[in-house]
Amino acid sequence: MFDGDSEVEVTETKLPGIGLRHDFVTEDGRRVGVVSRKSGRRDLVVFGKDDPDACSLVVGLNGSEADALAEFLGSRRIVERLASLSEQVANLVTGKVRIAHGSRYDGLTLGATRARTRTGASVVAVIHAGQAIASPGPEAALQGGDVLVVVGTAEAIEALRDIVAE
Amino acid sequence: MSDAITLMELGGIVLLLGLLGRFAGRIGLSPIPLYLLAGVLVGHGGVLPLGASEEFISVGAEIGVILLLLLLGLEYTAAELVTNLRQQAPAGLVNIVLNAAPGVAVGLIMGWPAAGVVAMAGITCVSSSGITAKLLTDLGRVGNRETPVVLSLLVLEDLSMAVYLPVLTAMLAGVGVLAGVLSVGIALVAVAAAMLVALRLSRPLGRLVFSENSEVLLLIVFGLALLVAGLAQQAQISEAVGAFLVGIALSGRVATSAEQVLTPLRDFFAAVFFVFFGMRIEPADIPPMLLPALALVVVTTVTKVAAGALAARRAGIALPGQIRAGTVMVSRGEFSIVIAGLATGSAIVAPGLGPLAATYVLLMAVGGPLLARAGEPAGRWAVALAARLGRRGPMSGPAVAEGAGESPLP
Repeated sequence: MFDGDSEVEVTETKLPGIGLRHDFVTEDGRRVGVVSRKSGRRDLVVFGKDDPDACSLVVGLNGSEADALAEFLGSRRIVERLASLSEQVANLVTGKVRIAHGSRYDGLTLGATRARTRTGASVVAVIHAGQAIASPGPEAALQGGDVLVVVGTAEAIEALRDIVAE
Repeated sequence: MSDAITLMELGGIVLLLGLLGRFAGRIGLSPIPLYLLAGVLVGHGGVLPLGASEEFISVGAEIGVILLLLLLGLEYTAAELVTNLRQQAPAGLVNIVLNAAPGVAVGLIMGWPAAGVVAMAGITCVSSSGITAKLLTDLGRVGNRETPVVLSLLVLEDLSMAVYLPVLTAMLAGVGVLAGVLSVGIALVAVAAAMLVALRLSRPLGRLVFSENSEVLLLIVFGLALLVAGLAQQAQISEAVGAFLVGIALSGRVATSAEQVLTPLRDFFAAVFFVFFGMRIEPADIPPMLLPALALVVVTTVTKVAAGALAARRAGIALPGQIRAGTVMVSRGEFSIVIAGLATGSAIVAPGLGPLAATYVLLMAVGGPLLARAGEPAGRWAVALAARLGRRGPMSGPAVAEGAGESPLP
């Protein structure tokens, strides 16, 4: 996890004739839960501080209200996760590497460059005669004038450029 | 001409019930006692005796009992019944013994035959799951940690009805010991069969019964329940048990949908049943029963609170929760009247049973919800008192972390 969450220990309790209750104790020591009724309604329940057996707050929600609340709680978390993911992505760049006519790899296959093994950069497309071949396999033929579209760190792309220039 | 009178009588009484229901809702009461009173008023010896519509009301009352029990069975799945039986059997047994005993005592004092004594035991024993479930929602206690305990006790009471009703029916019919044992045996086999069907064959049965069309579903489930109820009555094991078993055997999607379509029908016919029960009570018989009923109310309130509190304590609930659990289930209602209805409709002679049961339920259905509301401040008061005494009260249990019936998810 990105923000050091630990696994939440959720307790499930059957409520015969009514439905199910799921609850857990938060880091701050408050017990919160949701009662799922057979009718589809949900009760958001917060347990009391002085009497841990009783709910001090009960909010009844119909199906779409429960969905809205879940989406709000859920998507906030997703946005946070995406933000931290894009921080990691920030170190990645895309670049173009041209294969010169008469290069060592003119007429060989993409596999022969062993680009990912040697540099860590990934070739995501080969532009051949103005046409992009997406996700090329190792058997893709390279010719002088082709352009490799590469994703990786700036250093890795630079290293690949050196290799094909040999 | 008599058709017109029947319609007018019926319309008048149903309209009256509607107005009474609205009034009950406004003052936060269960409508059951008002329906009973309405029945007493329009019954024999009442202020406005009905004539023409009595036949319809009598058949309607029988359907009301069947629907009450059918929906009770639909509410629970067989798996829930089995788990509850395993986990809460001791507490459930304590509850039943404590609350049947006052009824037995009254029956013996009144000198009723054995069947009357057994009927009275059931009347004082079984809580109103309708009133209790509504109270739990109204008071915002559905999520509380003592609530599963309360619900478990209710489930066990209801499950014990499946055994109790055939026994009572056999005794009320006055059959010999051998025939009685036989019909009880049939009932137990039927209970086991219904549980087995629910546990093993719920999918194929569900496919057979289920329909997306609510009209079709209503007709199929209602028809099935009436048919099985009739067969059960034929086999001397009480139509109520038959309907209850149909409810248990159906589970999953069928049960949820059937519950939805049948609830309005149940509400109507159950109201008719309460009126019918009230109609058979002479108003003049009620005043002499006030004092015994009041004594019974006091005793069975204490026993019910004790049973609920003990069960909650066993599940590791603290003192305030124990008091809430005990007080919320004090109300007696629909099933006490179902039992009393069976007894008064039979041939046995138990003078005063009907009026006593009616007065008792009137008081309990009115007083129970009030007491349940008082449970919250009473719990706080008990804690304060226990603190002032400087020692733990007799009912304060150990603060165990997890209640019974709770299982941690992986």
